[in-house]
Amino acid sequence: MTASPAPAPAPGPGTTVTPMVEAVGVRKSFGRTEVLKGIDLTVRPGEVTCLIGPSGSGKSTFLRCINHLETIDGGRLSVNGHLVGYRQKGDRLHELKPREVAAKRREIGMVFQRFNLFPHLTAEQNIMHAPVLVRGEPKKAARARAAELLDRVGLAGREHHYPAQLSGGQQQRVAIARALAMQPPLMLFDEPTSALDPELVGEVLDVMKGLASEGMTMVVVTHEMGFAKEVADSVYFMDDGVVVESGTPTDLLDHARHERTQAFLSKVL
Amino acid sequence: MSSTTSPRTAAPGPTSGREAAADLEAVPLRHWGRWAAAAVVLYVTAAFAWSLARNPNLEWDVVADYLFEDFVVRGVGITLMLTVVAMGIGTVGGIVVAVMRLSSNPVLRGLSWFYTWFFRGTPLLVQIIFWGFLAALYQQIEIGIPFTDVTFASFDTNAVVGPMTAAILALSLNEVAYAAEIVRGGIASVDGGQDDAASALGMTRSQAMRTITLPQAMRVIVPPMGNETVTMLKSTALVSVIGGKDLLTAVQSVYAQNYQVIPLLVVAVIWYLALTSVLSVGQYFVERRYGKGHGNASMSRRWLGLGVTR
Repeated sequence: MTASPAPAPAPGPGTTVTPMVEAVGVRKSFGRTEVLKGIDLTVRPGEVTCLIGPSGSGKSTFLRCINHLETIDGGRLSVNGHLVGYRQKGDRLHELKPREVAAKRREIGMVFQRFNLFPHLTAEQNIMHAPVLVRGEPKKAARARAAELLDRVGLAGREHHYPAQLSGGQQQRVAIARALAMQPPLMLFDEPTSALDPELVGEVLDVMKGLASEGMTMVVVTHEMGFAKEVADSVYFMDDGVVVESGTPTDLLDHARHERTQAFLSKVL
Repeated sequence: MSSTTSPRTAAPGPTSGREAAADLEAVPLRHWGRWAAAAVVLYVTAAFAWSLARNPNLEWDVVADYLFEDFVVRGVGITLMLTVVAMGIGTVGGIVVAVMRLSSNPVLRGLSWFYTWFFRGTPLLVQIIFWGFLAALYQQIEIGIPFTDVTFASFDTNAVVGPMTAAILALSLNEVAYAAEIVRGGIASVDGGQDDAASALGMTRSQAMRTITLPQAMRVIVPPMGNETVTMLKSTALVSVIGGKDLLTAVQSVYAQNYQVIPLLVVAVIWYLALTSVLSVGQYFVERRYGKGHGNASMSRRWLGLGVTR
């Protein structure tokens, strides 16, 4: 996988490394409701960024914009130096064809709140499916890597289980392995533990901590403040479609400056 | 519940409450009304069967003579062929029209809507007659450049679209419209998160449709398509109006000459019933595989209230 930095001029002055994710003034409306009112965010390679905030604050929508599952209405959003879902010609952004968008998405892994495993495929098939179908990897190699990835998420030997035969925590770990199978340089997590029974949350967070320690760039929408504190390099607090404040976990979680942040944290901590 | 029982609930007699409870037997509700209804139905059916059996106009010996006659068996073959071909084209076409209907392209959506509107909005019988009389609409079928005199090939309509082709066209095109609605419902039943997950993995829309959405939609699509097949088998009888050589056409052409109308229709009825019964058995197994799996072996026993099912 060669995710070489773009030869194009890096956005923003003074930056030496191309940010993995860079959002500048990202706006998005559903009908008349503006759900993102100008989001600025930067994630450098190898960083773990947590998005926190009350439900309806726009954090999940923003995450879905990063891999173009949602279109944006304004602003710039780039991943690894490339605009997401658009091509810039002069001062206009032209939306890419679905096929081109699909090609870009291979570079971004995503894990969903409700797992979204393919129920008609076994754990192994879930993991192999995209590498074989999308990338044309030989089946044998893909199967070997599926076994490797299942081992990595602590599910060795569950190759032939269907999602319905696995617990929620196990399903989510298969979902993580499935996303990793495409070897993406960036992983997005959309409230990965919110649909889990409390006793199953830990096993999923452990896998994510392992990924973070191996240097994976991650953007995580979460309500797990403990995880944010322990693993995140930076935390963004969003409310009502704006980033209210951001900083290191200690800055934001222990010394929140903004009233809205303090009010939110007092409820969840 | 604790095992100690209060004296108030203890059964009369020397046994303690717990032992008495263990000896209790649950008697299921007896459905006397159902037994009575069954008796009435049985009586009426028997009376009707008796009158049929003794009716000389049925001429069972004639029925027996014709049941396996060559022309009848050939008609059954054509009926089966029409059913299989029309269902095959109908299913494939239905998937195409359903996917068009769910496309983001408004032209495809509109076309699909129009197709379904037209073919569901006119009686199948009228469509069959229309295809049968296609030559009255277009005498020649020409392949060329529209609005010019350039023609590459030209065919006599009646030579190309005979009764069989007309029958297949009519039944298939009609089935496409119904199958499309069933497929559309099946696709709509698949959770939207599946599409998200497929997209996030970099699959194109057609890859996601082929390998993720459609296989899951099959659970919802297959049972009603079994129904459609039974309906189709019976609808093939309609092509007799354009001389489609099917089972009904075959018996009609014989009773038109020998006036044995009733016995020959009974021959057709026996064949149709036999074929639909075979299909229904097939559908039962298909539904058991794809359906949600309600209904079990003890159902019939419970239905009549025949005691404990154990």
